Amino acid sequence: MKVKYFAWVRERIGITEETVEPPAGVRTVDDLIGWLSTRGETYAYAFEKPKVIRAAIDHTHVKPDAAIAGAREIAFFPPMTGG
Amino acid sequence: MTGPVTIRVQEDDFDIAREIAGLTRDRTDIGAVVTFSGICRSDEDSAKVAALTLEHYPGMAEEEIRRHVDEAISRWPLDGVTVIHRVGRFMPGQNIVLVLTASQHRKAAFEAAEFLMDYLKTSAPFWKKEESATGTGWVEAHARDDEAAARWTRS
Repeated sequence: MKVKYFAWVRERIGITEETVEPPAGVRTVDDLIGWLSTRGETYAYAFEKPKVIRAAIDHTHVKPDAAIAGAREIAFFPPMTGG
Repeated sequence: MTGPVTIRVQEDDFDIAREIAGLTRDRTDIGAVVTFSGICRSDEDSAKVAALTLEHYPGMAEEEIRRHVDEAISRWPLDGVTVIHRVGRFMPGQNIVLVLTASQHRKAAFEAAEFLMDYLKTSAPFWKKEESATGTGWVEAHARDDEAAARWTRS
């Protein structure tokens, strides 16, 4: 699946997007954050406060317990500040 | 609803008069157009802002705005909606966002415009980065914006 990062999540990780293949035990958005956090210091820094992180699956906002099965694109970003 | 819906995310500035004309041209049934324009301001929490950079999630931003425009259309008798959100780097005084709502009467137009702005602030994937004399940093979300959006939630 494709993973995208925005705003300071993107800056901390250092890339805008990547394709990942998480192991079978990674079922929810929360699981995915946990797994991504183990991939290096930059990820651990970006996800150090997982409760602050918002997620979207295929362009729709989702909660941390949302299942990631079948997702084409998952995005992680801080709370929105547009308008 | 009978009327145009326009949703754009763009770097270019918008012309408010031209956008209003786009909603009211050849129409004699519209009695109210409410305009909200959001402008880059220089004072943010007592710090002087030199510039703002707006980042967005292409694709989702337009879709998320569309979902809220559709909800507004289902809740109020509207005759046209325009939402334009700019992205890029802005100096104080420059336009950032435009919401236009057209209706026969003002109440629906006012309420729908406020509803759309409250959700644009909390739910549309845009992020502001601020440059000031003390440095550069991402703007933090305000609880007051979440509260403003929450009051539209129907139980």
